[in-house]
Amino acid sequence: MNVHEYQGKEVLKQYGVVVPRGHVAYTPEEAVDAAKKLGGDLWVVKAQIHAGGRGKAGGVKLARSLDEVKAFASELLGKVLVTHQTGPEGKEVKRLLIEEGCAIQKEYYVGMTLDRSKGRLVMMASEEGGTEIEEVAARTPEKIFKEVVDPAVGLQAFQARRLAYSIGIPKELINKAVKFMLGLYQAFVDKDCSLAEINPLITTKDGQVMALDAKLNFDSNALYRHKDIVELRDFDEEDPKEIEASKYDLSYIALDGNIGCMVNGAGLAMATMDIIKHYGGEPANFLDVGGGATTEKVTEAFKIILDDPNVKGVLVNIFGGIMKCDVIANGVVEAAKQVGLDRPLVVRLEGTNVELGKEILNQSGLKIVAADSMADAAEKIVSLVN
Amino acid sequence: MSIFVDKNTKVITQGITGSNGLFHTKQAIEYGTQVVGGVTPGKGGTEVEGVPVFNTVKEAVEATGANASAVYVPPAFAADAIMEAVDAELDLVICITEGIPVLDMVKVRRYMEGKKTRLIGPNCPGVITPGECKIGIMPGYIHTPGKVGIVSRSGTLTYEAVHQLSTRGIGQSTAVGIGGDPVNGTNFIDVLKEFQKDKDTEAVIMIGEIGGTAEEEAAEWIRDNMDKPVVGFIGGQTAPPGKRMGHAGAIISGGKGTAAEKIAKLEECGVAVAPTPAVIGETLVRVLEEKGLLQTCITKN
Repeated sequence: MNVHEYQGKEVLKQYGVVVPRGHVAYTPEEAVDAAKKLGGDLWVVKAQIHAGGRGKAGGVKLARSLDEVKAFASELLGKVLVTHQTGPEGKEVKRLLIEEGCAIQKEYYVGMTLDRSKGRLVMMASEEGGTEIEEVAARTPEKIFKEVVDPAVGLQAFQARRLAYSIGIPKELINKAVKFMLGLYQAFVDKDCSLAEINPLITTKDGQVMALDAKLNFDSNALYRHKDIVELRDFDEEDPKEIEASKYDLSYIALDGNIGCMVNGAGLAMATMDIIKHYGGEPANFLDVGGGATTEKVTEAFKIILDDPNVKGVLVNIFGGIMKCDVIANGVVEAAKQVGLDRPLVVRLEGTNVELGKEILNQSGLKIVAADSMADAAEKIVSLVN
Repeated sequence: MSIFVDKNTKVITQGITGSNGLFHTKQAIEYGTQVVGGVTPGKGGTEVEGVPVFNTVKEAVEATGANASAVYVPPAFAADAIMEAVDAELDLVICITEGIPVLDMVKVRRYMEGKKTRLIGPNCPGVITPGECKIGIMPGYIHTPGKVGIVSRSGTLTYEAVHQLSTRGIGQSTAVGIGGDPVNGTNFIDVLKEFQKDKDTEAVIMIGEIGGTAEEEAAEWIRDNMDKPVVGFIGGQTAPPGKRMGHAGAIISGGKGTAAEKIAKLEECGVAVAPTPAVIGETLVRVLEEKGLLQTCITKN
């Protein structure tokens, strides 16, 4: 799960990580109030969307007066920002973060993630702040330093110190940088993060080490033990169909194509998208109905797929293991009756109770095209849609 | 022969009184697996499906001589269940549970260092040696005893591959689901090593997907260490970057872990990669023919 920058900074603050003072604002008036509360004569107006690259897309403005704060806030709120992470459709700005301006000495990068091949967390740091770490990794990999964390003892001060020295933090600020990194680590493990990026981490002219930006992602498997994090979820940032699907515990991801897919199992669901593409079609979604789906769940899944006006046809591909083919068949028939099946439907069933499943479909009176294999199914739906 | 499990494997089910644990224990017993007991804290002294239930894994092992465990415990308690099985010195723990927090698995991996137990999963369909032992949630009847090993990050896609083999009369030595999570107990290379050693495995199918670099590492290992033919498939060629495709581990992040990279690496290392999931069986047949192994691998008419 993603959160906004200002929410990530609130979390980090609880762990002693220094962040600029700031307030969230939903209207230009709130933005001005926030700036007044902060005082000073320099403010940063930052668009809050769940995507990086906001600066380059014009989503971060430096204001030198309250009038400018108001003007920038009015300009940004409601604006659709297109960054390299939003896709071409962009994201509408609905919240702003108003922060005090900082006198930046130098920018660095600090991040934390899982090293999958080691099965351990790794903290990474670089003197190349403000640039995307992937870019640094590609161009100057020698400028990225890493410390792998032993989960039995956690990130140690010597590791943080080694990182701080490696990236050239001035010696009088080393202790502050160490405290920063240890705080970041503690926040990461306490809140079950899956990714943390402080880019840039800055040193200031008045001798501070702080997070100028903060990106935190959280492990959705662990949200059950973090009610405070769940409350930070911003539904405006998510696809409405994905929100609907999550209510029924369905794993759904919206895509750009026109062939809806309903599959059991994540691997088979991905492979089904691939084979549609292989035969010249474009999948409209990823949808895994899961292993223990009920007729009701299948019905809801089917409704979500058909609700997408781009969908010109549907492919159901089920390999019944735990999931029995007759349950899927009943769900498909039920859903088709409820929503009125107005588009071509190809169904491929295999596995447990397959004969019973096929019989249910045949006797439903619905216009369903049966397929014998994955290839047959993909070919049929692609030709029906085109 | 086979790898990891066979007719002598004695299994306990952790979480045997839960609906999943109970259902799949029953299925395993029907398949012929030696299920010797189960564990549910608080239900010790009772009996389900004709097998005794214990409060702790240690008690269960002492009473039954079990050497393997299947974990169906809910995600919040699964890491604890795995560590309990490791502490009881089982040879093998197969964790079916999906949705375990990643940092819990980081701790489990650390806890297992230097211990004798092998963990398979979590978030996996399990392991089956056809005709001998089934531990997990795969439908038993689609499998056929034979000589082709399968290792996969996905459940249903494995069934798809098995089905394509069985319908061609090509049996399987053992099918291993290593699971779709980013931190797991056994990786591709661990399983490939066992298949390479197993004298009754003639060829291997390896099914990977987007996310991480486990397939690339496996490809290099195959090139350097394996003389048995390997056929591959990688799911997620059309997956968009930055989105978690169902499995917690199936995500392209920072432009890394794409299907294209994995396929290129596998092919470079001599693995024949099936272009679509529908032709995994076909691709294997072609490779077996080239190597003169097809007749040996057809174990059912």
